[in-house]
Amino acid sequence: MSGNPYLYAAYAVTWIIHIAYLATIVRRYARLQREIEELKKPGGRS
Amino acid sequence: MKRAFPILGVLTAILLSYALYQALVAAPTEQTMGDVQRIFYYHVPSAWTAFILFFVNFGASVFYLIKRNAAADIVALVSAEVGVVFCTVVLVTGPIWARPVWGIWWTWDMRLTSTLVLWLIYVSYLFLRRFSSSGQTPILAAALSVLGALCVPFVYLSIRFFRTQHPQPVIGGGGSIDPRMLHVLLVNWLAFSCFAFLVCWSRYRLESLQRDVDQAHALESLLDPRGSLR
Amino acid sequence: MTPPAGITRATLVKDMRLEWRSKDAINSMLFFSLLVVVVFSFSFDPSAEESRQIAGGLIWVAFLFAAVVALNQTWAREIRNQVLDAYRVSPAPANSLFLAKTLGNFIFVSVLEALMTPLFIAFYRLRSLGPMWQLLLVAVLGTWALVVNGTFFAAMSLRTRSREIMLPLLLFPISIPAILAMVQSTTAILNGEGAHFWIVLLATYDLVFTTVCLRLFETVLNAE
Repeated sequence: MSGNPYLYAAYAVTWIIHIAYLATIVRRYARLQREIEELKKPGGRS
Repeated sequence: MKRAFPILGVLTAILLSYALYQALVAAPTEQTMGDVQRIFYYHVPSAWTAFILFFVNFGASVFYLIKRNAAADIVALVSAEVGVVFCTVVLVTGPIWARPVWGIWWTWDMRLTSTLVLWLIYVSYLFLRRFSSSGQTPILAAALSVLGALCVPFVYLSIRFFRTQHPQPVIGGGGSIDPRMLHVLLVNWLAFSCFAFLVCWSRYRLESLQRDVDQAHALESLLDPRGSLR
Repeated sequence: MTPPAGITRATLVKDMRLEWRSKDAINSMLFFSLLVVVVFSFSFDPSAEESRQIAGGLIWVAFLFAAVVALNQTWAREIRNQVLDAYRVSPAPANSLFLAKTLGNFIFVSVLEALMTPLFIAFYRLRSLGPMWQLLLVAVLGTWALVVNGTFFAAMSLRTRSREIMLPLLLFPISIPAILAMVQSTTAILNGEGAHFWIVLLATYDLVFTTVCLRLFETVLNAE
């Protein structure tokens, strides 16, 4: 495969977009887990 | 159920790697465009996946309007979000492909233009979901989804006629496709579909959990004797 | 119980009367439309020949701006006086309300267009090569397309945050095929070419979206 910069740019951008979206899911999940811990604490107010 | 997810994740990763290899190495080089044409193997499957997801959104929205099923509402939200992600990929890879081939970043090509309009419709859908008050959101979003879906045939008809009047370069070319290329295309489509499914599944679980937590918060403030509700 | 048509007419008459009495909304809208035309004329200053090519697009974009500002006002009065809640509990069918609101907006926006058009003709020295009645038909169909969706989305945006930006945000993407049809047909008619396809497309669009908006309005009104 010859090196065509546009080709690699396209493939790279595709994965950057997908990884960025997955990152938002992971971050929200982590924040949610923290909230759940808060809720579980006895008598804890959120 | 929970153990299926990591297994599917690994399988999908393998499939995606294989598909990538096929696209970059195994697929024959195109005569006119050269290696740049290989963008095709990412551009087209992303488009198909996006359209399928938007169709799922339409189905879930109709189901919600009829049955008021909360799970359907989550499916609608998830399919719209992931659909927009894939649609964004299409709209970014398209110009990257067009630039070396045609020397221009954008063209009112049939597919690119209709994809842009779809993207706009579903981004507006996501804005509506974000900005409306939570009690109303599912119904309003479902109504917008129905209108958006109805719009789709008009989008195609109008752009098609517009293009016959103002011919534009076609990204990806028309006509028949080499069977080896078709094979690579389908492999990539399968890989991305599996990937999309897993992303949707994760997003679904996140949303479901989020709603449970929100309910727990609401319940807590209702029950708390020190709270505002006397 | 009064028939739906009677309710539509009554609501429409009420709205017209209120607008006429207040005159604030009308006057500010008229002046706004004038401003839009003037600003466009400064920004795009073509010769008489070129103007026929771009006038179609310019006019409809100007109409679009005017329509959005008019539509945003639509429900403002209703919200202020909690009229919507009254409608919800009344036995009057939601369709009648929607139709009345849409007709009212249609009349309102048409008045604005009637003001803006002679100004455009003057500033751009426009002369149509095609028949006037076709331009009028496109104007009616196009305005209806914007107004029927606009009224529906205005109702949807009622209790959203940033209500006034939500309306154009929702309206524009869905209106794109209609806008394309309006602009292309106007340009074609001005240049003496055929616009049959676009006019039929626009009419079909109007039919489909009017039906669906009527059907869904009750659901949207009663959301929550």
